[in-house]
Amino acid sequence: MQMEQLYQEIILDHYKNPHGRGLRDPFDAESFQVNPTCGDEVTLRVKLDGETVTDVSYEGQGCSISQASTSVLTDLVVGRSVGEAFKTLDAFTELMQGKGQVEPDEDVLEDGVAFAGVAKYPARVKCALLGWMAFKDAVVRAEGNAA
Amino acid sequence: MSSADGLDVAALRKDFPILQRTVRDGKPLHYIDSGATSQRPRQVLDAEREFLETSNAAVHRGAHQLAEEATDAYEGARQKIADFVGAAADELVFVKNATEGINLVAYAMSNASVAGPESERFRLGPGDEIVVTEMEHHANLVPWQQLALRTGATLKWFGVTDDGRLDLSAVDELITAKTRIVAFTHQSNVLGTVTPVATLAAKARAAGALTVLDACQSVPHQKVDFRALGVDFAVFSGHKMLGPSGVGVLYGRRALLEAMPPFLTGGSMIEMVQMASSTFAPPPQRFEAGVPMTSQAVGLGAAVDYLSVVGMDRINAHEHLLTEAALRGLAEIPGVTIVGPADMKDRGGAVSFVIDGVHPHDAGQVLDDLGVAVRVGHHCAWPLHRRLGIPASIRASFYLYNDLDDVTALLDGVRETKRFFGVS
Repeated sequence: MQMEQLYQEIILDHYKNPHGRGLRDPFDAESFQVNPTCGDEVTLRVKLDGETVTDVSYEGQGCSISQASTSVLTDLVVGRSVGEAFKTLDAFTELMQGKGQVEPDEDVLEDGVAFAGVAKYPARVKCALLGWMAFKDAVVRAEGNAA
Repeated sequence: MSSADGLDVAALRKDFPILQRTVRDGKPLHYIDSGATSQRPRQVLDAEREFLETSNAAVHRGAHQLAEEATDAYEGARQKIADFVGAAADELVFVKNATEGINLVAYAMSNASVAGPESERFRLGPGDEIVVTEMEHHANLVPWQQLALRTGATLKWFGVTDDGRLDLSAVDELITAKTRIVAFTHQSNVLGTVTPVATLAAKARAAGALTVLDACQSVPHQKVDFRALGVDFAVFSGHKMLGPSGVGVLYGRRALLEAMPPFLTGGSMIEMVQMASSTFAPPPQRFEAGVPMTSQAVGLGAAVDYLSVVGMDRINAHEHLLTEAALRGLAEIPGVTIVGPADMKDRGGAVSFVIDGVHPHDAGQVLDDLGVAVRVGHHCAWPLHRRLGIPASIRASFYLYNDLDDVTALLDGVRETKRFFGVS
């Protein structure tokens, strides 16, 4: 059954026990993203200290893929520089848009490699990217505010 | 095998080539998403192909034989479809889909608002009110929001009860002398709820308001007679009733279509054109600017023939049987909540539900893996989902080619979904 490839244990674990969930203060910028085809939504806040991402907090509702992917995001970007975080974001986006043909780099994506199966389901790629789009948008806003 | 209602589904299914295919590694397809789009029988596909191979030409222009035949085929389809919904042929306008039909009325009304006194009937401005319902598909909500914005009119709406019916308790406060339009669905695409059309139409008429009926989910599934219902306008889509996509129908009472200004203008819809001004053709041509879809209209005519041969009453009875079985089966699964009426009173064949602890998207994925095609999401009725306090739902929607095996596959799939995600 292909479902086990799509819904890997790591994804279900993050869905049931999400990391970093809840909206926290202080924050520099907030982004609200919605997937208009299914109604999934996420509100995500970013706190930066210079070039470092010091906190990512979020609330949202949606499927296991969108919620787990946002949970994995927090693991991958908090404590890293904005530059490193965006490299990870690019790698995750490339994996998701790769139609199942991209070999993920576990050193870069860690738990994010579990989403490789999602790339084979075009309707779910937007779910996996929802939180990441919110992160990108929030960082751009935070840097805009600081400038 | 004939089902209890006398419909020979096994024989019908042979007319639908797509239902023979397998999906997701060889699983038989259980297509339970006809509320989104229906599948097409060979008879419809053949009618389109035959038209294109023998008579294709631009209709209502040219004097050659093909142009004559094409025009006959196009107008013949209009007549068949008109007979099917209790209207005259010149009361039906071909549009690309129901969404366009509603927009046509909404834009004709805003055009009327800046036109001369002959358009008075359709004029709208500050102080006027448009009434819709909270269970509308976005197609019968957003165009009215926009019309209100353009004209300064106020948008109001009927609420929905917890069990998924229209809340008519405030009907006399909602439909008043200020009301110019009452736009509502005949059958909710999410809840399956059938609304009291004749009652609402009578209220609207008494108040001097025009009615616009979204009949997308009723015309494919039950005998509908627009004149008997007493509505002023109605829309439905070809692709939800075994016909092609790219063709829909707007019905309008003749006297209204004759008085209504056009929406799209250009070729075909004119009476006389001079450099500075033009006059317009009578309806329905006035509302069909440009070369229209033709093989699609012919295909929709063939779909109406197909439905008529099977019989709308038998189709309705068959869907009733399947819906009842689905409702009963779902009610027996712990953690499943039906969204909408749980009984069969005034209810059609759309069954929406949620599963505790499993997001509808995830449920849809497991069902898909088992070959069960259902719709998941908000089904273009976001405000309705918000009203019911759920982000999304799973919708099964039945049609004449479904059978009890499809219901069983759905119920088994729901149980498998719960097992897979570890919810009890």
